[in-house]
Amino acid sequence: MRGILFHVFLMAFGFFMIYPILWMVSSSFKGNNEIFGNASLIPKNILYENYIRGWRYIGRITFATFFKNSLFYSFVATIGTVLSSAVVAYGFARIKFIGRNFWFACMMVSLMIPFQVTMIPQFILFFNIAWVNTFLPLIVPMFLGQPFFIFLIIQFIRGIPQELDEAAKIDGYGRFGIFINIIVPLSVPALITSAIFQFYWKWDDFLGPLMYLNKPKLYTVSLALRMFADPATSTDWGAIFAMSTLSLIPIFLIFILFQKYLVQGISTTGIKG
Amino acid sequence: MNNHGRLARADNLSGYAFIGPWLLGFLVFSVIPIFSSVFFSFTRYDLLSSPVFIGIKNFASMLGDSVFWKSLSVTFFYVLFAVPLRLVFALFLAMLFNRKAKLLRVYQAMYYFPSIIGGSIAVAVMWRRLFKDDGAINSILGIFGLNNHVSWIGNPRTAIWTLILLAAWQFGSSMLIFLAGLKQIPESYYESANLDGAGPVRKFISITIPQLSSVILFNVLMQTINGFTVFTQAFVISGGNGDPMNNTLVYALYLYQKSFSYYEMGYGCAMAWVLVLIISIFTALIFKSSSVWVFYESKAN
Repeated sequence: MRGILFHVFLMAFGFFMIYPILWMVSSSFKGNNEIFGNASLIPKNILYENYIRGWRYIGRITFATFFKNSLFYSFVATIGTVLSSAVVAYGFARIKFIGRNFWFACMMVSLMIPFQVTMIPQFILFFNIAWVNTFLPLIVPMFLGQPFFIFLIIQFIRGIPQELDEAAKIDGYGRFGIFINIIVPLSVPALITSAIFQFYWKWDDFLGPLMYLNKPKLYTVSLALRMFADPATSTDWGAIFAMSTLSLIPIFLIFILFQKYLVQGISTTGIKG
Repeated sequence: MNNHGRLARADNLSGYAFIGPWLLGFLVFSVIPIFSSVFFSFTRYDLLSSPVFIGIKNFASMLGDSVFWKSLSVTFFYVLFAVPLRLVFALFLAMLFNRKAKLLRVYQAMYYFPSIIGGSIAVAVMWRRLFKDDGAINSILGIFGLNNHVSWIGNPRTAIWTLILLAAWQFGSSMLIFLAGLKQIPESYYESANLDGAGPVRKFISITIPQLSSVILFNVLMQTINGFTVFTQAFVISGGNGDPMNNTLVYALYLYQKSFSYYEMGYGCAMAWVLVLIISIFTALIFKSSSVWVFYESKAN
């Protein structure tokens, strides 16, 4: 009896949790007059027109451009982050050098400084070198290692037996050879976790694109959606929900394919989901 | 000796070569911006003309800026309710999930999926419509006979609650952290408590809370810091300007407005340092209080 109650409760509450998402997805198939004043999750007729109208956006630029921009930004930023963070992590985890502890402490402190502090001077810097309205301010810093992921990979590398490095050294590998041939292959789980989280954070990123991308042809999906759903002008909610639903597909795919990494990442590092 | 010296030198060289990318980024994108932010906070700067040194005027005018105080009170209210709500839900569900039963993984996914997608614009846009006068929330309330045509978003009294609910709804990641912590508590503690005839409340207070206290501390700290810097959700739900009547104008949103809508970048920098101060005070207070309620294994022995 208690078992049944347990399942019923978890299911009912769980349904309540995902109801808003289901409502959005089902609304994306409803006619505009059916979306509001109605909590039902089943459309009277399934309409695909919302997706066609939404995809065309307002004007000449379509969501194809925004998806291309978002994919470009997320992929390049993720690759940059993982590559550079792995290199830096190896340096901190395995090489003894003067000032190592000092720089490591600096990195941990920099993790705690709110983005609001550096955001304005960074903008001024990028404004002065005419990088505003390009992807460079969003992408270039990612190739210089991201402290959170460096830390995550360091922790992982510390778990790899040092004897493997020694053995490789005897085999004639240098530092870089050890890194490429021993450390990288053995750190793959940490690298995958980093890639997953960075991709999905960058896909969702809003403040960065909002600051640096002011031309519609540069908009990412998040930025375009926000403009599309501007409370002052928007009326076509079927189309807006259709594009909102599409924008969640990459994250949904990550969720389905890499659930194990997501759960492990969140529960072991306290990563913000 | 000579050989040893050469090795050490080579280590320094390769060490700095490996951490070089980060070091460069740290100097250019953190250290220089931090120092220039301090400098700009004492200036009037609109990006186009050169900065004018005005001493502590930015900080002084904050005191008389009623919108600044409004944004501060909105943010405090948000943190005060969003963080505990999120953590209470997270802990409650984590305790339910801390057992072996069929289908548990499926249920779990339903609970943390919102926290995975919660940061997206799509969800914020949907949330805004959900709580409008003709949105699904009012329709659901209608089913239970609670007919009303309040726009929860448009009403100055309730608008902030839609943001708080959005934060509480995303308790999934905290839940996973709690769950990992709960799994660490040895089963034997509960077994011996059972022998002593302890009830569920007693076990919760005397075993679960103390054993989990360091995880709770971590969650409270992270969520509080995140709460004080909340931006994207508030930006979308408030229509970008803290509507209605600045009742959802959280601190980071006002800071953004000042800096990038009015181009008062000096004021923005000053606000950022006040934010650092507030977060530091709260972090210190939470840490200080932790000596009372956080249970460390070594202390007990």
